[in-house]
Amino acid sequence: MTESSPAQPGSTQLATLSAVASQFPNATTSEFRGNVRVVMPRAQLREAAEWLRDERGFDQLIDITCVDYLHYREANERFGLVYLLARTETAERITLRVMLDEPDLTVDSLVPLWEGANWLEREVWDMFGITFAGHPDLRRILLPEEFTAHPLRKDYPLQGRGERHNFPVLTRGGG
Amino acid sequence: MALNQAEIAQHPAHLELPDNVFVSRLDELGSWCRKNSLWPMPFATACCGIELMATGASRHDLARFGAEVFRFSPRQCDLMIVAGRVVMKMLPVLQRIWQQMLEPKWCISMGACASTGGVFDTYSVVQGIDRFVPVDMYIPGCPPRPEQLIQGIIDLQDKIQREGTVGGDEFAIAARQRPKRALIEHPFAVSPNVAVSPPRLLSS
Repeated sequence: MTESSPAQPGSTQLATLSAVASQFPNATTSEFRGNVRVVMPRAQLREAAEWLRDERGFDQLIDITCVDYLHYREANERFGLVYLLARTETAERITLRVMLDEPDLTVDSLVPLWEGANWLEREVWDMFGITFAGHPDLRRILLPEEFTAHPLRKDYPLQGRGERHNFPVLTRGGG
Repeated sequence: MALNQAEIAQHPAHLELPDNVFVSRLDELGSWCRKNSLWPMPFATACCGIELMATGASRHDLARFGAEVFRFSPRQCDLMIVAGRVVMKMLPVLQRIWQQMLEPKWCISMGACASTGGVFDTYSVVQGIDRFVPVDMYIPGCPPRPEQLIQGIIDLQDKIQREGTVGGDEFAIAARQRPKRALIEHPFAVSPNVAVSPPRLLSS
């Protein structure tokens, strides 16, 4: 292994960080124990993802997920949308983050860049209610279609609002 | 007025039976046939399903109790074994399968999750299938061992023999129509001011 220990950023990670910082001056870059993290303005998400893929070789979209920072003391915005990218040549990884606040919870879809973003974005829509502009088929993916809430939001009660009790009762004689 | 042996033999209603013939009620005969050939419908959604498979396999051998013929079409089954947690999205499927089974039919709620929701007290997990379909036998455990499932099936066989009728009248009695005690003591908490979607049943 030629890579440095996890506590020290390697040269490739520092190179990625400085390249992102010079390409996108509005982005906030940071590094922690070898993890490269970028907080990107919402308007530049699509552009940054495309640049990372085509110019920096981050060709794999690992995951898209979301964090609800409601009740989180240090948060200024409510939602943090997290994109995990990987460079399959070097196993280098980068975390791309977009902060969103109500009422405008819309970001550009990454389906034009990665087909695999389709279901990931549907899941984020299902669980958090983030809208992805340009998504070809933004439907619920896990919950039933008539579900009205986005249950992974922190203001949604753990036991739900009665959806799980909302079914007809079958008895012996009647049905 | 008691008759002595000689008078009984002379009575016009007396019928001499051969030694290998005995008399029973039709209901008991029907129940005896039914209880010894239960055809389970495996509704296995979680780890209880693994124990259900083990029960049907050679080591525990459910065939000893006449219930080894698992069928995956509800139209060929008369015993639904719900093994595992049932979520909101699965419950309409479960209800439809239950409706497709032919009478007389029974339901076993196997394990903590099917019976009460178990540890999964969350928005999407149904807190006991007996809230929405009739259940004849509950099996405790997480998951129950095969011995426990076998005991449940034996108990269900006893129940069928005890109260079964050819016409299925036992299903219409008031005690089976009454809401579960748990439902009366702990009614559903549906938040006010929240629009929940209309109840749904998969159309047949």
